[in-house]
Amino acid sequence: MVSGSAIAIATVIGVPLGYLLGISRFSGRGIIILLVNTAMGFPPVVIGLFVYMALSRTGPLGGLDWLFTPQGMVIAQVILAAPLVIGVSAVAVASVPRDLRVQLRALGASSLQEGLAVLKEARGGVPISIVAGFGAIISEVGAVSIVVGGIEGYTDVMTTAIMANVRRGEFPQAMAWAMVLMGIALIVNVALTTMQNTAVSYER
Amino acid sequence: MRGQDLRVAYHGKTVLKVDSISLPDGKTFSLLGASGAGKSTLLRILGLLEKTSSGRVFFDGEPANRRHLATRRTIAAVFQKPYLLRGTVAYNVGYGLQLHHVRSSERTARVASALTRVGLGGWEDRSALTLSGGEAQRVALARALVLQPRLLLLDEPLSYMDPLLKRQLSLEFADILADERITALYVTHDRDEAAVVADRIGVMRDGRLVAEGEPEAVLSLPSDPWVAGFLGTVMPLEGFVESSEHGVARIDCGGVGISAVSDLPSGTKVLVGIRPEDVLLFEPDVPLPRTSARNRLDGTVAEISRAGVTMDVAVDVGGGVRISSTVTRSSAESLALAPGVAVAIVFKATAVRVRPS
Repeated sequence: MVSGSAIAIATVIGVPLGYLLGISRFSGRGIIILLVNTAMGFPPVVIGLFVYMALSRTGPLGGLDWLFTPQGMVIAQVILAAPLVIGVSAVAVASVPRDLRVQLRALGASSLQEGLAVLKEARGGVPISIVAGFGAIISEVGAVSIVVGGIEGYTDVMTTAIMANVRRGEFPQAMAWAMVLMGIALIVNVALTTMQNTAVSYER
Repeated sequence: MRGQDLRVAYHGKTVLKVDSISLPDGKTFSLLGASGAGKSTLLRILGLLEKTSSGRVFFDGEPANRRHLATRRTIAAVFQKPYLLRGTVAYNVGYGLQLHHVRSSERTARVASALTRVGLGGWEDRSALTLSGGEAQRVALARALVLQPRLLLLDEPLSYMDPLLKRQLSLEFADILADERITALYVTHDRDEAAVVADRIGVMRDGRLVAEGEPEAVLSLPSDPWVAGFLGTVMPLEGFVESSEHGVARIDCGGVGISAVSDLPSGTKVLVGIRPEDVLLFEPDVPLPRTSARNRLDGTVAEISRAGVTMDVAVDVGGGVRISSTVTRSSAESLALAPGVAVAIVFKATAVRVRPS
């Protein structure tokens, strides 16, 4: 549920920002892209460290009291996933021919209609961005360990649970979690690949 | 639709500089020019598809820009590539109607009517995947016509067609535009295509409109040497009307007499254009049968050059006057045309374009 919430938030934030970055042409765009690409490669423990410092009592968000809570985890995972969603979506949107957008406008599309149609045409890349973000979230352990400590039954996630099981020598339980994790990843990929293959796209 | 002081600049370089352009209601205005001349840019500005760096576009006398959705929805366009969506022909033709939130029942009827108009009646259920290039462009035209636009933009819609299909479709497009009485802006780099579809022609060069007028005037009486070269014609001759009788004027061009269909009065200073394709070459001193051609002049080949599959032959006819003829290579060979060779040139009075200078 935590990872699901995090990727949903990252998608809601990241896809529109990726769209804007993909279609816009402005000075400074190159720097924004550089920052997004850099953020994609941030080590999860570094993200966890910054979120911990922000949520700690002396931090700017200490008043929220979200350190060592699921909400804290969601923040860390959103920060981890959002750059991936933004960056990959931007590339997918930028690959939609500009002339197609002009054609849509020439058929009377409003800005919203044009945006939705472009996202539809970029449907190959946008699901990939979401899958990439989700993959980053469910496979990381560094950020959540720092931000929430992996408190069993409260703030542990599958990755921290696997770590705990391995430390205790509980390999069957660890393998069970690993299978579940891989199963979730497989289901998500099948769903998004199916969406990608049935996408309506321009032909000629 | 008209534009005033339109300027577009990219990265500090001005790519469009048009002081004034006006599209006549219910007529087709064709924009001619080489690649990169700014034709498509001007089309997109007037179609409210892109913004200008400066200047204004007026629609029905009111300023308009691309944020005016209601105005934009009275404009439709057909581009070089049709950008059809995966789906049926009906889905594609009706796509714009969906964007305009037209009810499904009305969409069906309008789509059927538009397809019939472009000669694809009954093609609703065909897949867009199976269409040929010409069929796809007809679908693109139907997709634009179904919106019942007040302004139709066509940006080199036939440039990917082979010459035969291009000729056929340009005639069909011309008929449809004339029947529908839509105001249309037709961009092309093909002079012959423009001549078929246009009621008015503008020639662009380096972002500027360098010539504008009725097709005959622009194509046969170019305003400057660059325009003449681009259109594959020659600069007009200067002269004056010596006499005029029964609708035929005798024009003196540097001492050379040329008959033309014109009722301009004697003494009028004129520019005279003769399209090279309308000029025939004969061997000199060969008695010709009686023909309808009023003009026969003797001269000497001054220059001969290749122009694709044909040859351009410039003939000195005296008085510093040169008249050009376009001939096939085989004709040039059979007449042994070369600089210095004597020839007789023949052309009809109806082939001569005249306007006051």
